[in-house]
Amino acid sequence: MKILPPVSIEARRLLPSRWDLLAAVLVLGFIVLFADASRSLVQPLSSITGRDLSLDPWLLPGYALRTALRMLLALGVSLVFTFTYASWAAKSPRAGTLLVPLLDILQSVPILSFLSVTVVWFLSLSPGRVFGAELACVFAIFTSQAWNMAFSFYQSLRTVPEELTEAGRMFGLNAWARFWRIEAPFATPPLIWNMMMSMSGGWFFVTLSEAISVGKTTIALPGIGSYIAVAIAQKNLAAIAYAIFAMLVVILVYDQLLFRPLIAYADRFRVDNEQSEEGPESWALTMYRRSRLLDVLTAPFEQMMRWSYYFHPPSFGVRAAFRDEGSRIADYVWYAVLAVLGSYGAFRVWSFAHANITWGDLGQAVGLGFITMTRVVVLIALTSLIWTPIGIYVGLRPRLTQIVQPVAQFLAAFPANILFPLAVSLIVYFRLSPDIWLSPLMVLGTQWYILFNVIAGASAMPKELRDASDNFGVSGWLWWKKVALPCVFPYYVTGAITASGGSWNASIVAEVASWGSTTLRAHGLGGYIASAVQAGDFRKVVLGTAVMSFFVVVLNRLIWRPLYWLAERKYRLT
Amino acid sequence: MTSANLLEVSHVRRTFPRGGGEELLVLDDVNLTLKEGEIVGLLGRSGSGKSTLLRLIAGLARPQGGDLHYMGAPIEGPAQGVAMVFQGFALFPWLTVLENVQLGLEALGLPQAEIRTRALAAIDLIGLDGYESAYPRELSGGMRQRVGFARAVVVHPNILLMDEPFSALDVLTAENLRTDLVELWGNGKLPIKGIILVTHNIEEAVLMCDRVLLFSSNPGRVSSEIVINLPQPRDRTTPQFEDYVDQIYVEMTARRVERMRQAQAAGTAGIALPLVHVSPNQISGLIEALAAPAYDGKADLPDIAYEQELEVDELFPVAEAMQLLRLADVEGGDIKLTHMGRRFADGELNERKEIFSRALMSQVPLAAHIRRVLDERTSHSAPKTRFLDELEDHMAEEAAEETLKTIVSWARFGELFSYDDDGAMFSLENPT
Repeated sequence: MKILPPVSIEARRLLPSRWDLLAAVLVLGFIVLFADASRSLVQPLSSITGRDLSLDPWLLPGYALRTALRMLLALGVSLVFTFTYASWAAKSPRAGTLLVPLLDILQSVPILSFLSVTVVWFLSLSPGRVFGAELACVFAIFTSQAWNMAFSFYQSLRTVPEELTEAGRMFGLNAWARFWRIEAPFATPPLIWNMMMSMSGGWFFVTLSEAISVGKTTIALPGIGSYIAVAIAQKNLAAIAYAIFAMLVVILVYDQLLFRPLIAYADRFRVDNEQSEEGPESWALTMYRRSRLLDVLTAPFEQMMRWSYYFHPPSFGVRAAFRDEGSRIADYVWYAVLAVLGSYGAFRVWSFAHANITWGDLGQAVGLGFITMTRVVVLIALTSLIWTPIGIYVGLRPRLTQIVQPVAQFLAAFPANILFPLAVSLIVYFRLSPDIWLSPLMVLGTQWYILFNVIAGASAMPKELRDASDNFGVSGWLWWKKVALPCVFPYYVTGAITASGGSWNASIVAEVASWGSTTLRAHGLGGYIASAVQAGDFRKVVLGTAVMSFFVVVLNRLIWRPLYWLAERKYRLT
Repeated sequence: MTSANLLEVSHVRRTFPRGGGEELLVLDDVNLTLKEGEIVGLLGRSGSGKSTLLRLIAGLARPQGGDLHYMGAPIEGPAQGVAMVFQGFALFPWLTVLENVQLGLEALGLPQAEIRTRALAAIDLIGLDGYESAYPRELSGGMRQRVGFARAVVVHPNILLMDEPFSALDVLTAENLRTDLVELWGNGKLPIKGIILVTHNIEEAVLMCDRVLLFSSNPGRVSSEIVINLPQPRDRTTPQFEDYVDQIYVEMTARRVERMRQAQAAGTAGIALPLVHVSPNQISGLIEALAAPAYDGKADLPDIAYEQELEVDELFPVAEAMQLLRLADVEGGDIKLTHMGRRFADGELNERKEIFSRALMSQVPLAAHIRRVLDERTSHSAPKTRFLDELEDHMAEEAAEETLKTIVSWARFGELFSYDDDGAMFSLENPT
């Protein structure tokens, strides 16, 4: 299975197009709209604020359950989003030109920004009750999960073999049936992989999404995230250890009950016609398969789906097949709607900027952006230097790979920010500079993408190439330069794109870290946004978010996309 | 319109949009009828539009002009009663053999019990008994294509469309499958009224079809129709069979060779001639085979195709390249080495390169043109786009790309000029 990076790499062009611009205006307009509304609406929420969660470890299972359910709910919402948004983008060329760049922009917006500007609106849905806050929390987790899943699904839909689609149409499957019987199964293996990645993303931001600050008030929803936040505030090491343990258990349960069975189940959807020597196995899947109860429960649903496939438009799918020429009028309507939306968004952004933001503010944010960018670049380079050789070493040894690969995946899922207290105390103890020593926290969680992509690349290296280089006595630096590194390059690029995107997002938690009453701040855009959110300064939230999106998208276009295509063109072995 | 015709295709035209609002004509004024009990073959080289026509009949695409009627009704989408067998099998890897076969019946909304009996019957008929619960990836190519047949047959289609169904299989498996199919058809065991077979394999067409329509390329047209008047089962070794094969070879080469001569005669305007990619090694290989005592410089095209195990799609381009370079003459189904061709066969590598290089300069207008441009420029180099743009005035983008690719590989062999892929530059410099 080929894993693609979670940014648009379809087009080979370098510079952002006007569709990117429109997408940026729409996203920014949306954020401005909510930020404007939020400023006037901030009200304290009495019932769940101001009261600290109890750190009693016996309450942890309950908290863990609530967190796990929120994640599951968010994952479900992300799936629905993926199925609709990505299908729309892939099926309609007209919509795709906007929806794909939109996704690029959305995935570059830090989750904290989404959360801070929308939370007031969610709270207003059920004033004075926890429900609104729960919704906001699920939405925040959703924003940390949905985009890469949608990208993966979109990219799969675009590559469904033409013959399969034609066969489906010849045998009278309607569009609905084709989706569920051809396209969705085809897209499933990479989608599950991305769901696992999304889950890690969700965990990483769990403290942020459960402990919501609106202006001066902080809402702490009962859950592991809030538990950790309180434990950090109270400098309670034991509680942090309990929380880590609870988290490990939840991650493990998810892995065994949800993801393992899914992976084992999805193995049948691989399209390569090779027989796998040893398919993935899952005891849970075997249990599900053997249980009659599950059969009974799902039977009506399956029957319903079967009926839905039979439904045909009166003319047996006729005409629907020929929409490719498209109608001019629909085109004009679509462009008109976009023009109106775009100008409205631009107007909102302009008036917001005009009233609130000076050139000095912008200069400051961009300057901080460069600092964070330097951090990301240096750290990705450093971690690449460390993990690429290790990954190659591991990947070439199948038995070692079997041990290391799952560990690396688990580490990626593990929320590294839980180690922040340790980092903060060390930095304070040794009086180190936060500007330098807080930085590694950004890649704590994301470096693993580089590691396990390189491992995958090295283990996919053709045996013949290795034999040939052995035969000609290629060794030492020459071997690394001419054989190993080129072989893993395409995989490395995918890993590095993912890691770099993740690091930008992580800068929000990494550039401000606290332990008890000690708070360390590093200069950078992430810290800028985090502080602005804490202070309830929507002006700076919007500005910081816009600048960060700009950096991420431009870097993707100018560096990562060309690198990706270079890798595809020159180094792809299969 | 008579009701005995399963299918009527009249004056069909199909174009594909090209850059700059232009259109590429792939099918022009094509007519075809399929009567009950007939197997009609569509035979042509790749790019002759025969697969496009099949997709139009299948209702998977729509023509820009002309009409298609199935059982008297216009075709406006995939019609019930038209089933297709695909070149790459198009089996769903996540469904078992049985589930794959059942798919078409489920879409019809039949009751479960009937779906099962019919699917099992089809599996039985096509010889897949015992494989019901296997996944496609567990099967060999031949068995996979049997699933493709069973899946098509099970819906009891009136018309079975086959898109080069045997070309992805090895020779023995393909023959085995063909014979089985012809036998089932001859016994009247297949619940099918007519078959259309797209192929580029001449013998396959003569073996299976009642009528063969020959397609010419650029744009795709039906150049002639040949009725195969031989009783089934047919024997490849009978002189009548060989006569049909010869006749088709002659028809298929004559037209192309004529066009090539005209293009060469046209001088500089001759750069408009699209080239099919053939490597110098293939040319050398065929020349050596022809020069061998067994042929002594002259061979029957079908014979040499058989001896060298070449498909028509492989043989024709090589033969034409030799014709173009004046290393051989292709005439009336025969290929004969020219004087230059003989010298090439006898020469050492350097002499071969010399001959090849001279042939390029004198016989291939595009090669001479590129060399001239490089000579005239002080830098002795020119970007690929310069020639690509020029070619695209005369041909489609892909054809232009392939033509340039061919020229590059020929020029490299003849050491006429060199090409750097990273910078996409032609130059006269060779690394020293």
